[in-house]
Amino acid sequence: MGFLHRLLAMIYKEALQLRRDRLTFAMMFGIPIMQLVLFGFAINNDPKGLPTAILASDHSALTRALISTIGNTGYFSFSNAVATEKEADELLQRGAVQFIITIPGDFTRKLIRRERAQIVIEADATDPATTSGALAAVDQAISQTLTREFSGPLAIYRTGESSAEVLLHRRYNPESITRYNVVPGLLGIILTMTMVMMTALAVTRERERGTMENLLAMPVRPIEVMVGKIAPYIVIGAIQVSVVLIAANILFGVPFVGSFTLFGIATLLFITVNLALGFTFSTISQNQLQAVQMSFFFLMPSILLSGFAFPFRGMPGWAQAIGEALPVTHFLRIVRGLMLKGASFEQIVGEVTILLLMLVIVSALAISRYRVTLD
Amino acid sequence: MNETQHAAIDVKGLVKRYGTRTVVDHVDLRLMPGRICGFLGPNGSGKTTTLRLICGLLTPDAGNGTCLGHDLITGRDAIKRQTGYMTQKFGLYEDLTIRENLDFVARVYLLDHVRDRVDRALERLDLASRQNQLTGALSGGWKQRLALAACVLHEPKLLLLDEPTAGVDPKARRAFWDEIHALAAEGITVLTSTHYMDEAERCHEIAYIAYGRLMARGTAEDIVAQSGLKAWLATGPGADKLAPLLRDVPGVTAAAAFGLTLHVCGPDEVALEAAIAPLRRDKTVKWEKSEPTLEDIFIHLMGQARDNAEAA
Ligand SMILES: Nc1ncnc2c1ncn2[C@@H]1O[C@H](COP(=O)(O)OP(=O)(O)O)[C@@H](O)[C@H]1O
Ligand SMILES: [Mg+2]
Repeated sequence: MGFLHRLLAMIYKEALQLRRDRLTFAMMFGIPIMQLVLFGFAINNDPKGLPTAILASDHSALTRALISTIGNTGYFSFSNAVATEKEADELLQRGAVQFIITIPGDFTRKLIRRERAQIVIEADATDPATTSGALAAVDQAISQTLTREFSGPLAIYRTGESSAEVLLHRRYNPESITRYNVVPGLLGIILTMTMVMMTALAVTRERERGTMENLLAMPVRPIEVMVGKIAPYIVIGAIQVSVVLIAANILFGVPFVGSFTLFGIATLLFITVNLALGFTFSTISQNQLQAVQMSFFFLMPSILLSGFAFPFRGMPGWAQAIGEALPVTHFLRIVRGLMLKGASFEQIVGEVTILLLMLVIVSALAISRYRVTLD
Repeated sequence: MNETQHAAIDVKGLVKRYGTRTVVDHVDLRLMPGRICGFLGPNGSGKTTTLRLICGLLTPDAGNGTCLGHDLITGRDAIKRQTGYMTQKFGLYEDLTIRENLDFVARVYLLDHVRDRVDRALERLDLASRQNQLTGALSGGWKQRLALAACVLHEPKLLLLDEPTAGVDPKARRAFWDEIHALAAEGITVLTSTHYMDEAERCHEIAYIAYGRLMARGTAEDIVAQSGLKAWLATGPGADKLAPLLRDVPGVTAAAAFGLTLHVCGPDEVALEAAIAPLRRDKTVKWEKSEPTLEDIFIHLMGQARDNAEAA
């Protein structure tokens, strides 16, 4: 009973202070929107006219029609006609072309014989965002061409969509990030950035302004101080998430296919882990400057090693190990699963458990480090 | 029932070290309920640290005792509930309004009728009309009164005040002390640190600390009587200008001008008379024996404590 009352007193006080701190307030809503808009250009970035080398050994009318349809999608500009594979490879390696489209000599023959015919596209996937739009267009171009060319009496050759197959080789980057992947990552990074820093500041501010001594002289318990400081920011974090999701949907049409309930639970959990982390930082740092420095020190690997900036599986073992220890890595997997793949509870429960474990450990650390005395 | 159970503060041999420095060095303090004790000592002598030890904000490295009948260490929570501690630096939230600060304090102490209590406190403070102003906008004197109001809101039995009137104008200081005496009359025990001699004289008792050691304890009269200090007062034309001639002279603890008069004191009667003898040849200045002031005594005690500290 006493616990609850003191806790509410703490929460109310924090909320009042938060409301008066205009700059912080502006920052917490400004940052998500600003980042989303900035990254939004990357999301929306759907470059066309990408330099492409065509290596066509088949010179049938069908092949020519196919090439011209692919060209008409606008995504490719056939900058280099090459004769050999080696030549083409060299161009790709140099970065002179983004794609090599190889049409084997037996393409038309195989199609007519109703065997599997293959077109091979090799893509420079070092910048996967550049290639994804183009690749999606190829598939369509092929089925369009086949439908058109095999019409009338030739319709007997139309054997369904799988007759011609596009074989894609992504080069230099095994795990490709699709355009929508940026939003889950952004959610994780924004929450890490604001939540950790805000709580770290909220506690060190008390110490720096000299109000901590007064607070400690009153009968509030560490858990009450901690939860009281954290609670208002949970609400702020939830609002940030909603802002990003809604804006991402309206501005960039990013879908959300999974369960909102699961997403809500996972997000609250992740927010709380970050807040507890911030609280722990505040028990270590002496002043607000140190708190900010520690938050940034934590933010760096969160951006670089979580799978947000670089594909997780592309990183060396040690970097993956560090990544696994960061909450945002697991949050990213959960949100990607839920938002884009419609993952079920069973599919994310492992990652959720890890976050829960992190919360327990970090909270225990925070409480054990928080002093009821000034010693 | 023995007397120990009655004392509001009863601590023995309190020690606090920071690194190798002993900041509070075996301090014993006993204070009966309803008494106002002035806690004096130069800057850095350990006043704040001692107050923090008593209210459970610091853990002593040695020593023990009780506060309001609760053990200093195991009874920390109980002590906190019944003690009001006013920090040296203003400890309320400047970004909350006056009312919000008091509300917060009242809720943390789980008080009933929060609204009424805060209303009454604001009324008493004469701050009702400004209750919705941000606390940061208040002047020093008002801040101190608000801080006092906040730490008596839960009707504590013991008040620990750390330089509550530093930087406050005389009128506000007087008002502050009137309130302290009113609280003591209700039975509240007060331990307050201060640098002002006139405030020391308004206390029932005084404790003087220097270099972490308690050097004197008792009523003002006790302390004057115990000091064994002798003093002379010089009046007449130019008496006040003699002070520089007497400083650093053996046998003289302090020589200070007060208006047009000169006040000289020292621990040894003979040595002191020898020291002023050359000056007494000037017959235009009249010399007479006088009582040492508290200030004389504190300067003397501080010198003693320094000698002890250097010898140690
Ligand atoms: N947290 C601390 N760490 C190290 N030294 C401290 C700390 N707090 C106080 N001190 C030192 O202890 C001495 C006594 O300080 P304090 O009790 O604040 O004196 P006063 O209140 O009488 O001015 C000072 O010299 C101060 O520098
Ligand atoms: Mg002090």
